[in-house]
Amino acid sequence: MQIRRTLAAGSLCVLPAFSLGAQLGSFNPPPGPQGTFAIRGGHIVTVTGADIPNGTVVISGGKITAVGANVQAPPNAQVIDAGGLMVYPGMIETGSSVGLSEIGQGAVATVDIQEVGSFNPNAQAFFGIDPHSAHVGVARVVGITTVVSRPTGGIMSGQAALINLAGDTPPKMAVVPRVALVIELPRSGFGGRGFARAAAQQGSPADASRTRQLQMDSLRSMLRDAEAYGKAQSAYAKDKTLPRPAHDVVLESMLPALGGQMPVIFPADRANDIRDAVTFAEEMHLKPIIMGGQEAPTVAAFLKQHSVPVIVTAVMHLPSREDDPYDINYTIPAKLAAAGVQFAISTGDRGSEIRTLPYNAGMAAANGLSKTDALKSVTLWPAQIFGVGDRMGSIDVGKMANIVVTTGDILEAKTDTKYLFIDGRPIPLDTKHTQLNAQFKDRP
Amino acid sequence: MRRLFLAATIASAATATAQQPATMKPGATLIKNATVLTVTKGKLENTDLLLQNGKIAQIGKNLTAPAGAQVIDATGKYVMPGIIDPHSHSMADAINEGSLSVTSMVRIDDVLNPTDVNIYRQLAGGVTSINVLHGSANTIGGQNAVVKLKWGRPVDEMIFKAAPPGIKFALGENVTQKNSQQAAQAQGRPLRYPATRMGQEEVLRDAFTRARDYKATWDDYNARIAKGEKNLVPPEHNLELDPLVEVLEGKRFVHAHSYRADEMLMLLNVAKEFGFTVKTLQHGLEGYKIASEISQAGTGLSSFADEWSYKVEAYDAIPYNVAILMHHGVVATVNSDSDERARRLNIDAAKMMRYGGLTEDEALKTITYNGAVQLGVQDHVGSIEIGKDADVVIWSGDPLSVYSSAETTFIDGEIFFDKKRDLTMRDQMAKERAALEAADRGRRATPVIP
Repeated sequence: MQIRRTLAAGSLCVLPAFSLGAQLGSFNPPPGPQGTFAIRGGHIVTVTGADIPNGTVVISGGKITAVGANVQAPPNAQVIDAGGLMVYPGMIETGSSVGLSEIGQGAVATVDIQEVGSFNPNAQAFFGIDPHSAHVGVARVVGITTVVSRPTGGIMSGQAALINLAGDTPPKMAVVPRVALVIELPRSGFGGRGFARAAAQQGSPADASRTRQLQMDSLRSMLRDAEAYGKAQSAYAKDKTLPRPAHDVVLESMLPALGGQMPVIFPADRANDIRDAVTFAEEMHLKPIIMGGQEAPTVAAFLKQHSVPVIVTAVMHLPSREDDPYDINYTIPAKLAAAGVQFAISTGDRGSEIRTLPYNAGMAAANGLSKTDALKSVTLWPAQIFGVGDRMGSIDVGKMANIVVTTGDILEAKTDTKYLFIDGRPIPLDTKHTQLNAQFKDRP
Repeated sequence: MRRLFLAATIASAATATAQQPATMKPGATLIKNATVLTVTKGKLENTDLLLQNGKIAQIGKNLTAPAGAQVIDATGKYVMPGIIDPHSHSMADAINEGSLSVTSMVRIDDVLNPTDVNIYRQLAGGVTSINVLHGSANTIGGQNAVVKLKWGRPVDEMIFKAAPPGIKFALGENVTQKNSQQAAQAQGRPLRYPATRMGQEEVLRDAFTRARDYKATWDDYNARIAKGEKNLVPPEHNLELDPLVEVLEGKRFVHAHSYRADEMLMLLNVAKEFGFTVKTLQHGLEGYKIASEISQAGTGLSSFADEWSYKVEAYDAIPYNVAILMHHGVVATVNSDSDERARRLNIDAAKMMRYGGLTEDEALKTITYNGAVQLGVQDHVGSIEIGKDADVVIWSGDPLSVYSSAETTFIDGEIFFDKKRDLTMRDQMAKERAALEAADRGRRATPVIP
């Protein structure tokens, strides 16, 4: 009951935003304050452990402080009656560019996703994310609480951010402002990225191959320059009598990736490109994450041997060849699971359609992946792949309180969300879409 | 020539893809003990369904299989009508006659490719009929084709013969070409009229004014012939205006691509003025803003479930659109407009329960019965009723669940997709392929000495 009041108050706060929405462009009502909440009587899907059919989750100060069948609500807690409802950790979409691109076509000024030039390791998504993107609200109300948003294009696209879908500034949204470097390795031959594509379109495969070689040389030398720069800087830090190396923000930005603390996202779908990316990463001492992974099952043993995780964005893609089995992409996750490859499922969408993430996982489950693995592939596993598995992705004590309370199975399209918490804050369920619905549904 | 073409397409259907050909003989099939989603008459538990002579012959409990009928035990499974996709471009080898803005003379019928593998992929998603439309480049795009997905058959057998003819219109950004103007200028192509929504209204008005005059000329001529006048010179035929006359006479359905509420309202008003009804607004993403007007016009609407924000005129699209329209009495559907999405329209229908609170039956209608109404084939398909075409699909579970998948797809009582058979064929083809590749390697290894 109390939470209803809280949320109702939250909704009231939203009213000015609603009426001003058209001018301000913000459709995402602000979260309520962090407090102590007890979500009581729901079917808790912890993800890491067994389900708790009738349990309580306590949230305090942004963290999960208690979970169990016999947990009592603290006296100061606002109690949420979750009887008949399901309680899940928030889902995590790791293949997006949320906040960097609002309207894909015909409104170029709303698309800030790719810097000019091919090498932009220092272009940080964190600085370009619009917290007021309408995509934010629309995605979170299906239970996606966290996303990786990344720049795309060129060869070194920039750095991705891992953000919660709540907060009115990027710093308030950010969980890991610089979570991964993005390298779109030039592909050989036709249909490749960047200049290789241009070359392929203009000239012969030999031209394209030469162009790719030049691009790979540039990429290698840039990473080696950064490595040398890092060595020079640390040497100087230890011994100030050495000549002081000039600072270089671009080279500096690559150091966490070279040290292996920051993983590198390599978009790659074809088996050859996946192998190339892994081989290149090992040569340069980078920690690769494959993004795309359409043909990952054909190199599954290789991926497992090299302990390389895959963000599978192709579940809903059409088969690329006419004679591929109709379900070749529906079954990618099941095949990777059987081969022991670490993976997560993603829509690969920039922003507006990431709300279909649960159905991508559901489709994988309809095609051989177990239901529990399907849920893990959009909660715990993406968290682990991006190094935040100890902070989110399941309902466990001490984790960030990103929690979704639903009317049913969170991967089902008909399921609705009743309550949402991000970073322990109650999130009003209003979005651009509910606002337009409310405005027009009863228009005579 | 025609026969040669058909022979060629059949041959390519058999060889160009590894998908199974449809070889099942048309006989009776008894589907036993399923949960039958009739769509128009509710959900029937533990029910048998007899498919005979291409029709749904019996629905009931403990039905007896006629001699020679195949019997399928569907215990624990669901049966629903085949999905109807009211907006598709599958099978179309050409989409836009993107030159003039009125190309009512061109026909999708002429460019249907029966070997498009997307037919098979969609059968595997429980789809049995699709409305193949032109693209949205032109104000009046061309004549559409309603098709049954009879994979492996010549085009003539796939055309849904009971479907009335139709025509695609288009409004908004794609017609004004605002998003491609820069490219057009760079390539030295001139801008095309109309470049605004104002011009689109004028193009429609001009076309229908000419069609009305043309019709009057023919009506006059026919009246004089009927009176027994001799030696009259007949008016000239006009392939552009013939289909528009059929629209004026209510014989051809208009399916109009449109996004913004204002452009939809403009079209409804032009149609009213010229005395015809727009059958469907296609996409109609802002339809919810004028649901009453659409309802009063007697016009249907076919929308995406939840696509939005991909361009400016799609920024106000909301997933509640279909539900709002249905609650206003509009015959509304969910469509794919995509070879990919067409394979999972059952999931898109389920979203309509979340967004706007449709019931299960209403959600199912958006991908079955309502589509049949929009295409004028509701007496033949779209629900499970005795006497209707046996276009039905056996699902592993509730088709409104993401965890379910289509297992067997029937059209006119014949199986055109069967999951088990697909898996068997797949193994056979892999072996055949391996053998052929091995043989090829053997040939290459043999040096040729001149």
